[in-house]
Amino acid sequence: MATGYLDRSRSVAAPGWSRWLVPPAALSIHLAIGQAYAWSVFKKPLETSLGISGVASALPFTLGIVMLGLSAALFGTKVDSVGPRWAMFCSMCCFCSGFLISALGMSVGQYWLVVLGYGVIGGIGLGIGYISPVSTLIRWFPDRPGLATGIAIMGFGGGALIAAPWSSSMLTAFGATGPDPDPDGIALAFLIHGVGYAVFMSVGWLLIRVPAGGWKPAGWEPIPQPAGSLISAGDVSARNAIKTSQFWLLWVVLCVNVTAGIGILERAAPIYSDFFPGGVGLAAAAAGFVAILSLANMLGRVVWSSISDVIGRRNIYRIYLGIGALLYLAVTLTTNANKVVFLVCSMLILSFYGAGFATVPAYLRDLFGTYQVGAIHGRLLTAWSIAGVLGPLIVNAIADARIAAGVTGPGRYTLSFSIMIGLLIIGFLCNELVRPVNPRFHEPASDPAAGKTGTVA
Amino acid sequence: MSARTAGSASTARPVLTALAWAWVVVPFLYGLYQLLVKIPALFGS
Repeated sequence: MATGYLDRSRSVAAPGWSRWLVPPAALSIHLAIGQAYAWSVFKKPLETSLGISGVASALPFTLGIVMLGLSAALFGTKVDSVGPRWAMFCSMCCFCSGFLISALGMSVGQYWLVVLGYGVIGGIGLGIGYISPVSTLIRWFPDRPGLATGIAIMGFGGGALIAAPWSSSMLTAFGATGPDPDPDGIALAFLIHGVGYAVFMSVGWLLIRVPAGGWKPAGWEPIPQPAGSLISAGDVSARNAIKTSQFWLLWVVLCVNVTAGIGILERAAPIYSDFFPGGVGLAAAAAGFVAILSLANMLGRVVWSSISDVIGRRNIYRIYLGIGALLYLAVTLTTNANKVVFLVCSMLILSFYGAGFATVPAYLRDLFGTYQVGAIHGRLLTAWSIAGVLGPLIVNAIADARIAAGVTGPGRYTLSFSIMIGLLIIGFLCNELVRPVNPRFHEPASDPAAGKTGTVA
Repeated sequence: MSARTAGSASTARPVLTALAWAWVVVPFLYGLYQLLVKIPALFGS
């Protein structure tokens, strides 16, 4: 397919191009698509103005996350072959068209257009946008891949921080809140989101560059890896990667790590209220708890992922999974006896949740090389789709059953937290089983100028 | 392999780099501020 200006060949960096221009390009995409986590701001106005249920108002978000996983898996290879500029442009078109179609849907009173626009078309934009800068960042930062992908993926967490207050104030200004929200006000808010994010994301695809073949940071030389090291000397294609046990072990690791974090994240406010009931300002305190978890989730992405560059990917996942299980155990045993212990444990659990997302591209780079790391990452994100259903399902279903049985306080979560401990132990064991990829899966050696450094199987 | 490096022919673009980072950091700081103002309620202030 002719992609012209958007093609990889047109985005090769000129000599001297600063690699520190690449993270802001990536962030302008991730900070925008991270808006998805702030969808809840639109839920109440939609429910009140259209008379729809909570499940129906959540449908665009749910579909969006499902489409994120599917499109990342389906388009990953395409993204790797045509380059990040094309991918970022496509992401912008899909994500912003989703808002514009939603605006049309609200203005003509057709909610299915909101579901189609934001959920399906916008969701495709989420998936393509999420993986678009990953392999490029890894190529620009071979010395610090964890830091580079950590910064970008932190942006996905940070996107909701920007969108939530921005969208709320817009809805209020347009009369789209309160007991009688104006559907045209919601439509106008969607329209402005579409246009605003198109401008913001344009900087991403205009600024992004891929390094020229053979480029490396000044003064940096690849460190020779000892025999048996997890860091691969060759490249593995996405097609071959899914034939390896390493891919599926990492799939389980990501799935359980996300399940363990999302379970507490999705129900954070009720969990806080159940652990520390009573007192004035409970709602504000619960909102503060949600805020502090969001902060931990975001910071964990860049801090732990950067540390993984120093201590290694397997060791950092030992911390996420092993210490994570111990933290869940501490919360389960101490319940609400000590608020500080509860807060510290919860924050660390959420920091490990975010870090699991941010570190996995570098782990994939170590195991499978840079050749199709974006496509492999896209396939791995199907674990997120499963975990996104599994985590809330476990916590909510058990909590609802306990509430129906008359259980109060932290007892509502003892069983679900115990399940999380079990899942994290399974993930820990899977991480221990990861071995270097067999060289028979490596791509044949090719011209280094083309950016590949494969070895002969 | 004759590798190209950041150090060779480095024509740093400090203004562009500063603007690019400001483009993403300023909205991020706005979001971060909105988040931080909620946290004191957690400790009863």
